[in-house]
Amino acid sequence: MLAVRDLTVSVGPAAKSVDIVSDVTFSIDKGEVLGLVGESGSGKSITSLAIMGLLPTPGPQVRAGRIELDGRDITELQPWQRVEAGAGRIAMIFQEPMTSLNPVLRIGDQIAEAVRVHDGTSGRAAQERVRELLEMVRIPDAAVQLAAYPHQLSGGMRQRVMIAIALACRPQVLIADEPTTALDVTIQIQILGLLRELCDRLKMAMLFITHDLGVIAQLVDRVAVMYGGRIVETSDVAALFGAPGHHYTRALMDCMPGRTSERRLRPIPGQAPRPGTIAAGCVFAPRCAAARDVCREASPPRIRVADRHEVLCAFPLGFGRSL
Amino acid sequence: MTGEAILELRDLRAAFDVRRLGRKLRLQAVDGVSLSLGEGEVLGIVGESGCGKTTVGRSIIRLSPVQSGAIVFKGTDVLAAHGARLRELRLRIRMVFQDPYASLNPRRSIGDSVAEAGDINGAFASRADRTKRIAETLSAVGLDPTFAGRYPHELSGGQRQRVGIARAILPAPEVIIADEPVSALDVSVQAQVLNLMMDLQEQLKLSMLFISHDIGVIGQISGRVAVMYMGRIMELAATRPLLDDPVHPYTRALMNAIPKPDPSRRISGAIELGEPPSQFERPAGCVYAPRCPLASERCARDVPQLRAVEQSNRMVACHNV
Repeated sequence: MLAVRDLTVSVGPAAKSVDIVSDVTFSIDKGEVLGLVGESGSGKSITSLAIMGLLPTPGPQVRAGRIELDGRDITELQPWQRVEAGAGRIAMIFQEPMTSLNPVLRIGDQIAEAVRVHDGTSGRAAQERVRELLEMVRIPDAAVQLAAYPHQLSGGMRQRVMIAIALACRPQVLIADEPTTALDVTIQIQILGLLRELCDRLKMAMLFITHDLGVIAQLVDRVAVMYGGRIVETSDVAALFGAPGHHYTRALMDCMPGRTSERRLRPIPGQAPRPGTIAAGCVFAPRCAAARDVCREASPPRIRVADRHEVLCAFPLGFGRSL
Repeated sequence: MTGEAILELRDLRAAFDVRRLGRKLRLQAVDGVSLSLGEGEVLGIVGESGCGKTTVGRSIIRLSPVQSGAIVFKGTDVLAAHGARLRELRLRIRMVFQDPYASLNPRRSIGDSVAEAGDINGAFASRADRTKRIAETLSAVGLDPTFAGRYPHELSGGQRQRVGIARAILPAPEVIIADEPVSALDVSVQAQVLNLMMDLQEQLKLSMLFISHDIGVIGQISGRVAVMYMGRIMELAATRPLLDDPVHPYTRALMNAIPKPDPSRRISGAIELGEPPSQFERPAGCVYAPRCPLASERCARDVPQLRAVEQSNRMVACHNV
């Protein structure tokens, strides 16, 4: 459904531009959920904005690569051009719904506006569709909630409203950028359940961006792990947690609190790289316990360690030792 | 809890008056919390936003007004302290805040920020002593002493939080109140800071109240955990039993809702857990009753008191367990 090939996004003037996202490649099938996991600054949000055509100008720009939706190249198309060209539909939801909603308009009017834009309907037909969307996102007491202003709703309800607005365009792909990070866990699990249900029922593909490995494990089908602007590992979710191939993935799992009975955690030494500071070799090499000289000198190969499991590392975990 | 209590809260209540659409409303942030922190103990307070955990922490050093109840630190009535005595208490009970960006003055050097408590209270014998103490404290939190001359914007989030910890430990406190100290950090850096806090707690024999919404973090550092919901303690128990075998229906729902890095436990479809009621329309009986699958008529009417269950030291506020 959605395919991203060698996407590279850079900032700064052409002569001395710095890549903040490098050679990102992945694809998502119909009804599939791909989790993009990484820490702050790893490039996951920039990747999603590039796919949406929402990179700010002036600012980071797509320097290379292709974004295909349903087989059509949409890399160069602005969001409105995509609608006009009938080039498929992608919707996006963000971490903080309050900043995406208009504080002085009633919820019902904001959903109706999205319906009007995408369906071209108004009046009774639009109202019918609004009610249908509310049911899809399981908002109870529709009449009361439609008349409410955003500040009168809880964080969980606001995120349901954002999902309803996103669904108004009948998206083939939904991009969700940390949609539950600001929510309490008992609310988060309800939103995650709702998103999973919608993907399954509407056969919608979803790119789910998060820093939380717990959410990844329980929600997504496939995982892409990002570090320093690169995808360092892609895998089916069960295989990733069963046998991670990249040393960063392993280290990230090991430093999660609550997983070990040891008194001390095992942090990753050092700090995440700033864009442009890695001159050569593997981006993770400065923090990697298994790094050898070659890792600091040459770019690591992308090795297929198993079916549907690729690792950007010269010495993947549990691979090659038997050779 | 084992050993002497160093800090005790008795039936603590705290409320804020808020104006909504011209109406004066009262928000009962803390509604009868009793806790005691043992010497050298790490006690975790966990709960979701608005449960009152932060207000409890801030009340202890009088950053937040208290309605009623008692706070006793080593036999001293904290709520009666004023002026010089309150300042002295605030050197012995120190706070580490969540946001290392907001809690450091951007125009003061790291050294000056770290030394602030000592400067105000005349703790340094000389200029040289001050410099030495700053260097020692920075080293203790794993920062190079040259950081003293730098400014907050030059530091990463993890380094700033180390500075926040250095500020807290400079006057050799006995109690640390840490309010979400690692919540703003990425997990790889969070582990570094948590390890540092555990090391310092042991070396300096600190008693610590560790406030967080993150059960994983709480479980790693605390010996006992109090679970709060809408201003009250729902369950209080040793960490392992609480995490492995929660008893209160709210604690159970909370534990079940935490995403675990285990792909065999998939989220498959709609989950209905409800949402907490408005802070201004508190249920008359148990505050969790409107969302509770076990709720009976009695729960809507009577407030369940925190009481010991089983033979263990577990305390639960529920009529039905």
